[in-house]
Amino acid sequence: MQTRERPLSPHLFIYRWPMTMVVSIGHRLTGLLLSLGLVVLVAGLVAAATGPGSWERFVAVFASLPGRLLLALLTLAFFFHLANGIRHLAWDLGYGFEIPQANASGWTVIAASVILTLVYWLAF
Amino acid sequence: MARVTFRTPMGRVLGSGSAKSGTGHFWRQRVTAVALVLLGAWLLVALMRLPGFDHDTVRAWLDRPLNAVLMILLAGTAAWHSSLGVQVVIEDYVHQPLARVTSLILSKFVHALLAAAAVFAVLDLAFGAAA
Repeated sequence: MQTRERPLSPHLFIYRWPMTMVVSIGHRLTGLLLSLGLVVLVAGLVAAATGPGSWERFVAVFASLPGRLLLALLTLAFFFHLANGIRHLAWDLGYGFEIPQANASGWTVIAASVILTLVYWLAF
Repeated sequence: MARVTFRTPMGRVLGSGSAKSGTGHFWRQRVTAVALVLLGAWLLVALMRLPGFDHDTVRAWLDRPLNAVLMILLAGTAAWHSSLGVQVVIEDYVHQPLARVTSLILSKFVHALLAAAAVFAVLDLAFGAAA
């Protein structure tokens, strides 16, 4: 059967990702990261309850360079998910649906999450 | 070979409609989200204000009733919100029926375990004898 060359639906590799799409994927990704963060939090609480020895081991893991990098990543994920979560709540109330507004709020989420992460780590 | 059925179209659809809980997931996700804005902000500020991260300091911090209660609320709400979110991700990407149901149930079990462990650990720190 002869098929005509017709335009295909957006192909992910030749399609310029809209920023709003990246932020949307980022929300899901940071959400999954924060599930890992919950595991870290609970591990810390259980280690503290178990006793000083296991608590010291928990602290040692997160005082190491890979541990610090993970905490920094989790902080960034937290602020991103927080900022974009508030953006979603505004949408739920019916605000900010116009494309220019969605673009502006998306960039705000990106900027806010980076700035808040830096401020938090510098102020700590 | 198609099985012959004498049931009317109306008879087939009656009772197989909505389970009347369509907006429950949505609402729980939003309400836990609002709670986590407040509880998350509390945790970040509290961690920053801790004078140190030695066992005695952390223990004394969670020994204070308000901190223990907020930590239990935070862990419980975060586990709930995480459970709702991971559920959506599984529903979106895992299509094989057995793998889908298994991973959904497994996710609920893990989240329940995390919540229970957090609550027990905080209560142990607050009420238990100093180790």
